[in-house]
Amino acid sequence: MPINYYIFLAVALFCIGVAGVLTRRNAIIIFMCIELMLNAVNLLLVAFSKMHYHALSAGAPNPNAGIDGQLFVFFIMVVAAAEVSVGLAIIVMMYRNTHSVDVNFLNRLKH
Amino acid sequence: MGTTQILFWFLSILAILGAILVVTSKNPVHSVLWLIVVFVAISGHYILLNAQFLAIVNLIVYAGAIMVLFLFVFMLMNLNSDTEPQKNRWLKIAGVVTGGALLLVLVAALKEADLKTQVAEMGRGDIGLINNLGMVLFHDYVVPFEISSVLFLSAMVGVVVIGRKTPEERTGAIGDQKYGG
Repeated sequence: MPINYYIFLAVALFCIGVAGVLTRRNAIIIFMCIELMLNAVNLLLVAFSKMHYHALSAGAPNPNAGIDGQLFVFFIMVVAAAEVSVGLAIIVMMYRNTHSVDVNFLNRLKH
Repeated sequence: MGTTQILFWFLSILAILGAILVVTSKNPVHSVLWLIVVFVAISGHYILLNAQFLAIVNLIVYAGAIMVLFLFVFMLMNLNSDTEPQKNRWLKIAGVVTGGALLLVLVAALKEADLKTQVAEMGRGDIGLINNLGMVLFHDYVVPFEISSVLFLSAMVGVVVIGRKTPEERTGAIGDQKYGG
């Protein structure tokens, strides 16, 4: 499959995530849109990893060409898991204080 | 058009449709379920690219653990569709226009990129198998791997500290029990 299709698929998913972050008011849905953007980038990294494997092992077979992309995806997943746990704890704390998850109530810092 | 192409287009359409429904669903629980559909579609893409370890990890970590965590938080908060006030119509239109403009810019910039001849190899190659990934992970990336365990520990401690009740709340709860019961 040409790499262009993967690029456009990942760009479309990322932009849907950006539009979701900008339009929704619910803090948890904003968080889910951030997860969507992370996954779009992960998909593109795996596609690029396979692209480099194909390009670099054309002449001499190179068993580890492009493997770094997949390890980066692994580390992104690790960081995302930690980020989700801390972020959801912050949202639960915010719900306990304001009894809402609307991000519009979080503008008190500016007054 | 072979089976791989048909599967690619099916999974791509499923992923984009699911992503749009995540953003547009009124009920937050439906958003979580559509996000699980997106993650399963992305795992299917990983399997098509022969990245089997990442496909399974994506299913276990994202569709399994993280989405269950989201669902638990929704159930605990007892949110429903009328919790979110539908305030400003223009703000929504501006958000959608901004996302569309970003999409337009990225597509226009990448359309003429010199990538026509590059191909992502599908269904072959063994760099995605757990044997090769594990060898590289524990040879070249062992320090970041260990540091990520420190990150997990700090995240765990942080969650406990953030989620703990303050002393006033705790005494308030005990007082309520005493006087209420």
